[in-house]
Order: sequence, then structure tokens, then C-alpha cells
Amino acid sequence: MLKLERRPAPSRLWTAATPVLAVIATMIAGGLLFAALGKDPVEAIRTIFWDPLFGEFASYSRPQLLVKAGPLILIAIGLSLGFKAQVWNIGAEGQYMMGALFGAATGLAFYPTDSVLLFPAMVVMGAFGGFLWAMIPAVLKLRFGTSEILVSLMLVYVAQHIMSAASFGMLKNPEGMGFPGSRNFQHYPAAFNGELIAGTGMHWGGVAALGAVVAAYVLLSRHILGFHIRVAGEAPRAARFAGVSPALLTSVCLGTSGALAGLAGLFEVTGPAGQITTDFASGYGFTAIIVAFLGRLHPVGILLAGLLMALTYIGGELAQLTLNLPSAAVQAFQGMLLFFLLAFDVLANFRIRLAGRARA
Amino acid sequence: MMGSIDPILLIASLMVASTPILLAAIGELVTEKAGVLNLGVEGMMIVGAIAGFAMAVETGSPLMGFLGAALAGAALSLIFAFLTQVLLSNQVATGLALTLFGIGFSALIGQGYTGVRPPPTPKMDFGPLSDIPVIGPMLLRHDPMVYVSILIIAAVWAFLKFTRAGLVLRAVGESHDAAHALGYKVVRLRVLAIAFGGACAGLGGAYLSLVRVPQWTEGMTAGAGWIALAIVVFASWRPWRVLAGAYLFGGVTVLQLNLQAAGVAIPVQYLSMAPYLITILVLVLISADRRRAAQNAPASLGRVFHASS
Repeated sequence: MLKLERRPAPSRLWTAATPVLAVIATMIAGGLLFAALGKDPVEAIRTIFWDPLFGEFASYSRPQLLVKAGPLILIAIGLSLGFKAQVWNIGAEGQYMMGALFGAATGLAFYPTDSVLLFPAMVVMGAFGGFLWAMIPAVLKLRFGTSEILVSLMLVYVAQHIMSAASFGMLKNPEGMGFPGSRNFQHYPAAFNGELIAGTGMHWGGVAALGAVVAAYVLLSRHILGFHIRVAGEAPRAARFAGVSPALLTSVCLGTSGALAGLAGLFEVTGPAGQITTDFASGYGFTAIIVAFLGRLHPVGILLAGLLMALTYIGGELAQLTLNLPSAAVQAFQGMLLFFLLAFDVLANFRIRLAGRARA
Repeated sequence: MMGSIDPILLIASLMVASTPILLAAIGELVTEKAGVLNLGVEGMMIVGAIAGFAMAVETGSPLMGFLGAALAGAALSLIFAFLTQVLLSNQVATGLALTLFGIGFSALIGQGYTGVRPPPTPKMDFGPLSDIPVIGPMLLRHDPMVYVSILIIAAVWAFLKFTRAGLVLRAVGESHDAAHALGYKVVRLRVLAIAFGGACAGLGGAYLSLVRVPQWTEGMTAGAGWIALAIVVFASWRPWRVLAGAYLFGGVTVLQLNLQAAGVAIPVQYLSMAPYLITILVLVLISADRRRAAQNAPASLGRVFHASS
């Protein structure tokens, strides 16, 4: 009979090793899944994980890696702060949309200006939009004790409808011949978030993501606030004795993650997406939850996890084209990854012992 | 304009609109009463929706569809049960994983079923009773699942209130350490409660795809599972209040759809937000009374149980 014995502290070795194990297990399970769908499993796994980087279309897909990883990392860094403190913001998708909406509306209000101040103003407004949307669950939690999980999630659906209302109404392109959707930022140089170095996929969103990784690392390892976040999550009672204000911490965690998600939305709408449309939402806000966990809620881990998850997105698209693999397969694949990760976590938190027969 | 909304039809369609969330919510209530917070309701619902749909289409029998959906929901919930009860993972994270996986997996198996029509679910026949004016068309001309869902509520209520097993389940939810010390099988009971929750969520999903819509589209649950979670809080973990809560939300949904159809001068998007906004509002109202909310929540809800001896 196997028996679990709680470790005094999570094993550092296993904490680092479990994401790798989870990825390998997901590849095996995913291979079986693809085989069940009648595809060659080895071919499918190679298409998803290898071809985007080194395959025949790599010159096209490599820049996509940064384009997709940017928003994932940016959002996941914000979420990880909250998850550490047991503040569960799962509505990042909504905050992402509101950030895009606020930022885009600011830009479109000044159309067709060519002021250099416009883009910074949009960035600020984008962060503000996400922040505002995340503060709704924060305030409701603090004032009334409402679950931030449910409120932040409900607000995703509300944001989706606001997005759709905006693309049919307020922000509709007046020269769009009646089609829903805003003006395209590609034709609006002062507000466009283009590639900074041609051919790399690096735009301001990627820069912001790297900045967030560094900032979060410093915050968590060097700053008292980061220490408070860690204590509040690991020992809530001790945190209260130490004078950590749970209210302040909830607001900081939700507000920061909202602002970062808002930024991600703004950089996306002014760059790769180009315009506000009804189907702007892309699921980054939800995938970022997986990224945060896969990265062990650690800034550097999240950076790597974000790149890996971006790879599965691009590989998934490639597999759709070449192998006719359904797009949903990648989503199932990503969900499976989180399952395996949580399952292998038992190795980090517990020792597995072979229990002898109990003595009478 | 409001005159074009018929109150009898409104209540009849309200019952149909509420049934999916009602089923999912009562299942989750039992799970939470056992002290387990399963945030994967949305995922189990949507997998139930496609499993029930596929089963009904392949066999031509809606009954088989509902059975298949309940089995699929329970099977999916067992992944959650294994991770949280055996491998002692965090319940919030595992529930989220279940939802994310469920949405992707359902889209994957649902590929060939878009645009297919499911076999119709027959209506119950109460004979002459169905012809009673007002009450007949309002309450007695539905499909069997509407009545089954109310029966499940009654059964759960009776189970929790009057049976020994129900008492043990509640004890496990209040204090797993005390229940363990008394010799009750905490993990076994919780796994059963989780599976029941999964089966109910599966039924709810199948009701969406087989009766309410009836069609399969990707992501068709659109937050219904999350609303079900909110209803459990709203009901302060009491079965009959789940019924009241679900019908209230069904009412808002139906009214909102009716207003859209009646052509009220509010853009469709703002009307469609209504159910989500009302959910938030109700959550606020319920949680505002902190003492009462805390009294009713199972004390061990969401906590990991690890028997050290």
C-alpha cells in the first residue's frame, strides 16, 4: 500500500521537475488522443512542438512565437501574484477586452492625429480599463465578501457583450460600409503598435511582458509587498499577526493583474488584431491561468511557460493546416497539461512511502 | 409592447430555461455539502451536452442521450475526484483545469455534430390534466426532464434532511477530521458526492443540447455552469432555494429574450448582459449578510483532507 507523507516544505527539485514531467506526459497522452482521431501521433507532436521553430514554414511562424507569448506572459505574471496570495482572478479575459476597448476608444477619439503622445496615452488608458474591470470584484469582495472567482468570471461575459455593442455602435468604423468593427489601427500610424525589429514579432507588448517579468521578480524577491503576498498565501494567520492588510493585498493583486491584462489587450488590438471586432476575445485570459501554474507562479517560470504555450498555439494552427487536426484539439491539449501538472505536484508536496503492515 | 408577452408562455418557457442550471446547481450543492468545491461545473456541463447529443443522435433515443450525458459528466468529475482526493491537489486550480479541458474536449468530439438535429424529446402526457386552463399549458405540458429535475431536488432535500447517509455527508463537509475520527470514509464519500455532481451537471448540459436549444454548437453552455455555482451560494446550500434561484435566473433569461423579440429600444447586447449582471447583484445581496452566509457554508468547503494516521 502506498502512503503519502507531507513534506515540511515543498521539494525544490520536484517543484522544478514537475512541469517537465507534465509536458512529457501530455505529449504521450496527446499522442494517444491524436491516434484515436486517426492521425499519426508522432507526426502530430512533431508538427506542434518542432515544426513552428525548425520546420519548413519556420521563418513565418517563429515571429509568431513572441506575438502570442507576449500577452500570455503579461497576463500570467499578474495572475500569479494573486494566485500566490490565494486571490483568484479568473476573469482576466474580461479585463483584457476592457483594456483593449478603453485604449482603442482613446486612440479613435483623436483620429486622425499624429501626435507622439497618443500611443502612451492609449497605453495608460488600456491599463486603466483593465484595472477598473478588475477592481469591481475587488471592491465587491472587500465591501460585501462576494466571491471574486464568480464575479470576475461573470464580468467576462459582460465585457464580451460590451465589446460586441462597441463594434456595432460607438466604435464602428464610419467608413466601414456598414460592417461591424472599428477602424483598423494599421492605417493609423500614431496609434499603431507595429514590430519594433522587423521579422522578430517583437512589439511593445513583448517589451512590456519582459518588463513585467523583471518587475515581478524584483517585487517578489526584494520588496516587502512581495513578501506579504507570499506570506498571505502560505500562512494567512501569520500574515495577519504581521500586520498585512488583507484588503490592501486583495486590491493590489486584483488591480495589478487587471492592469496587466488591460495592457495585453491594448497591445493586441493596436497590433496583431488591428481593430475592435465582435470576435476579438481569443482566450488568452484563460490560457494565461495555465501559463501561471505551469510556470510555478514564478516570473522566470512563467516566461518559459508562456513561450511553450505560444508554441502549442502556433503548432496547433500548423497542424490544422497540414494534418487537418481540429483547432479544439489544442485547447484540450492545454487543459490536459494542467491536469498532469496538478497531478505531479503530489511529488513536490508529499513523500510517497511504501507503508508496511500496521502493527496491532 | 409589453402586451405581446404572454405570462403563461413566459412561465412555461421559464421552466425550460431554468432546468439546465437547476440540474447543475443541485449536483454542485451535494458536492459542496460534502466539503468539496468543484469549479469544473461548466466543463462537465459542456461535455455532458455533447456526449448526450452524440448518444441521442447515434441511438435515436433521447433517454439514452440523457443516460450517456450523466455517465460522461460523472466520468469527467472522477478525474477531478482522483486529483483532489487521492493526489490532494488544490481544488480551485483543478476545477479550473476541468473547465478548460472540458471546453476543448467537447469541441473536439463535437466536430461532426454541428448542424445535426437531435431526435425530439417527447412531452409528458398527463391526459386530461394537461388541458386544464392556465395550469395545463403552464406546468403540465413539459418534457419529462423538467419534472425529473424537480424530483431530484426533492430527493436531495429528503436525503440530506432525513437519512443517516445524508447526515454523514454533511458531517464530512463540516469537519472532515472529526468525521474521519468517527470512522467515516471521508474520501470515499467525497468521491461519490463529486460523481453525483458530475452526473447532474452532465444531465443539465444534455438538456441544453437536446431540449432547450436543441442543437450542438461549440461553447454552447456560455457560462451556465458558473451561474449554477453562483446559485448554490445564492441558495445558501439549501435544496429548495436552489429551485427558487434557478427559476429566478431562468425568468430573467426568458424575459430578456422576450424583450429582444418584442423589439425594445435597448441594443440586444445590453439585454444579453442581464443574466450575468443579475448574478453579480444577487451574489452581492446574499454575501452582504455576512453572518448568515458564513453560517450556512459547509465549514470544510475547499479544504484538502489528508489523513495523517
